[in-house]
Amino acid sequence: MAEIVIVGAGPAGISAAELLQAHGYHPILLDEGRQAGGQGYRCPSPGLELDMAALMGSEAGKYAGLHARFAALRPHIDYRPGSLVWGIEDKLLHIVQAGVARTLRFDVLILATGAMDRIVPLPGWTLPGVYTLGGAQVALKDQGCFIGRRVAFLGSSPLLALAASQYRRLGAEIAVIADTTPFARKLAALPGLLNSPRSLLRGLAYLGDAMRAGVPVLHGVRPVAVEGDGHVEALVLRDAQGRERRFACDAVALGYGLKPETQLAELAGAQLLYDERFRLWLPKTDIDGRAAPGLYLAGDGATIGGADAAEASGALAAHAVLADLRQSRPAAEAGGLRRRVTRLRAFQAGLARAFAWPVAQIRALPDDVPLCRCENVSVGEIRLAMAQELGPVEVNRVKAMTRCGMGRCQGRVCGPALQEIVAGERAIAGADAGRLRAQAPVKPIALATAAADAP
Amino acid sequence: MTRLSADVAIIGGGLIGAWSAYFLAKRNQRVVLIEKGVVGAQSSGTNFGNLRLQGRFPGQYPLSLRSQALWEEIEELIGERCEFEQTGHLYLAFDGTEHEKIEAYAAVSESHGLAIEHLGPTELRRRWPWLSHRVVGATFSARDATANPRLVTPAVARAAKSLGATMVENCRVTEIRQAGSAFTLRTDTGIEVGAGYVINAAGAWAVAIAEQFGESAPLFPAGPPQFVTEPFPYLIEPSIQAVDGSVIFRQIPRGNVILAGYPRTAADPAANRAPVPPGKTLSAMRALARVAPTLASCHVIRVWSGIEGYLPDMIPVIGPSGTTPGLFHAFGFCGHGFQIGPGVGLCLSEMILDGGTATPLDPFSIGRFAQPVEVSAKFSAEFDTMEPPR
Repeated sequence: MAEIVIVGAGPAGISAAELLQAHGYHPILLDEGRQAGGQGYRCPSPGLELDMAALMGSEAGKYAGLHARFAALRPHIDYRPGSLVWGIEDKLLHIVQAGVARTLRFDVLILATGAMDRIVPLPGWTLPGVYTLGGAQVALKDQGCFIGRRVAFLGSSPLLALAASQYRRLGAEIAVIADTTPFARKLAALPGLLNSPRSLLRGLAYLGDAMRAGVPVLHGVRPVAVEGDGHVEALVLRDAQGRERRFACDAVALGYGLKPETQLAELAGAQLLYDERFRLWLPKTDIDGRAAPGLYLAGDGATIGGADAAEASGALAAHAVLADLRQSRPAAEAGGLRRRVTRLRAFQAGLARAFAWPVAQIRALPDDVPLCRCENVSVGEIRLAMAQELGPVEVNRVKAMTRCGMGRCQGRVCGPALQEIVAGERAIAGADAGRLRAQAPVKPIALATAAADAP
Repeated sequence: MTRLSADVAIIGGGLIGAWSAYFLAKRNQRVVLIEKGVVGAQSSGTNFGNLRLQGRFPGQYPLSLRSQALWEEIEELIGERCEFEQTGHLYLAFDGTEHEKIEAYAAVSESHGLAIEHLGPTELRRRWPWLSHRVVGATFSARDATANPRLVTPAVARAAKSLGATMVENCRVTEIRQAGSAFTLRTDTGIEVGAGYVINAAGAWAVAIAEQFGESAPLFPAGPPQFVTEPFPYLIEPSIQAVDGSVIFRQIPRGNVILAGYPRTAADPAANRAPVPPGKTLSAMRALARVAPTLASCHVIRVWSGIEGYLPDMIPVIGPSGTTPGLFHAFGFCGHGFQIGPGVGLCLSEMILDGGTATPLDPFSIGRFAQPVEVSAKFSAEFDTMEPPR
């Protein structure tokens, strides 16, 4: 029987595993996390009692449902938590599991690797107390911690209001919810969002909650700086009217939407294409998630669609696997799943207009802002390198000349902003700035893991 | 169509081409350098950065030492230091046979005037206490150095440009013709270059050019895998090489440890890619942890490689064409071109302008491939299963 390996135990990976198991397969489910659920449905660390129903709010039912389904599925699949897939070579995965390097052969690979925050740097963003929005949620769901007592949420994302509402419900103070996209642009994007009224209403409800609680909610802001002496003390920004406003806080959560984790897809042979709507490089797949022979992508790691789309696309990828293995037509329910995934992803594309990636603001960043925090490379150093004779003109050469994107995160954090800086300096299209190429290891691996190499 | 006129046209914007352009421009030659991509992007920019004098091909010492003298004054020459650090090179032996090998290398180095320290276990523990106790002996050369390859070639090219050389990037030479004593180079961007002399420094792509003039060399491409760790407190000054080829490593002052290891892997010059197989990463990590156990908790964060040209006798082609007056070749540096780069550029400029160079380069003639050459013993150990071309 074909060896089917799924990477990622979020809603997409779990749904794919469930469907394959139901059809008589015994998939291996690898997950970097210690517990299933992915980022959105992340559950507390063992031994920690958290009121997840209160925390998840309107999504509590789905949270409970997914974990119940996984509990039922777990005995019937080969589930391997704590497994970092760091390289792919032909039909071989390179994994670090419990500190030991291993390999795993596969015939079919479903990647459901999820997404991470997309970040825009600003002066002071490397101060202790500044987190990604996702990091702020991980602290809450996994550890039951706030990132601060009084938290400012900055960026351009519907998740700002969601995370703020989770924080507020559990007792944190919210200094401000500040969105860089002007309100008028949100209204203009509204028609495109009406195909998913439930998601739209939920988003509006979070904002309504915040406003009723007296939390300042600002649209069309220009971030000025995170201030503080050794730690975050305030977020300074200009509001839509151009007034400078200072919000005292001890933590800032930054989120400008999500960015698919495509490194493994790239290593496995997926082709990446520039998507102008998201201004991101996304793996090319068909509607069912086929990216290359034997390679299927599902969930936010393929295209941002949110948890519901992830679940549907996981099932869809599994249907595609079954159809391809059996050389049969896809099951009847695939049609409905396709329509659902298409609708939910279209909604996200609409959101990308309502919560826009602030290209002009990134290009206007002051020279002294650190762009690459791993290697401490400033925006000005990038501009200087590009301006010199025979200077680099695309992101990989900029990386070679400046070290931007060369550090621990391998450009996962600074990459999207670097792309805009490079495109801006040369006045070229985002796609022409190039794409930081993925290399194994996709995440750092310790020398000691190799010493203990196991088959 | 643009027509450029030059005294010397250089094909290839790697380290060799850039230094040649620099020394020629310095002597008021009109130089046009044509690079198919961007300067310093292939092995010139992706190599280990070692300026090693120990253990070189014996016939290369005069060139190597001359080149090292240029490296030692790089800042005066081009105005940038490019992270040049003269921190020495340590050769490690794990057993008696290897010890004999590094002592034989040392004898050659010493016969050319290089100062070598011969170190036993006690001295090694005293100077580098974190070194594995498996090391039975070592030789140290303080004049060996390192530099940052990513920075050097663009910096040399900039210096050449400021001396008046013309640099044409993203332009591929498609055809070269000689009529009388003048060459005409055609390119894929429509630029045409007329020149009295041509330097073929096209690296892994150089044979196609040589063959237009009825000569060849059994060049094949390969990629040396390289790896780098996250920053670790600075403790390793010299670059350190196990003579068994399992690992070579150095630490830069900002803390990252750069490592590489044999065997080299296959590379694809058509697709312009030299991927690093994950298995190589693991074996290099294992080898480093064996030599420096203190680094066991250190993480590898990045890997890379580049396409280098190799020849079966593991020494380069440097010198005049055997068929065509005015044409000079400098390619196939077999993974050790970084150190001799400036010296090769200087010698080429002398051959063109003075009709010859005092530095002996006879072993590197392209003519040696008219007969079958002896395949280097390094082949079996230093490459993945590859048949050396004949």
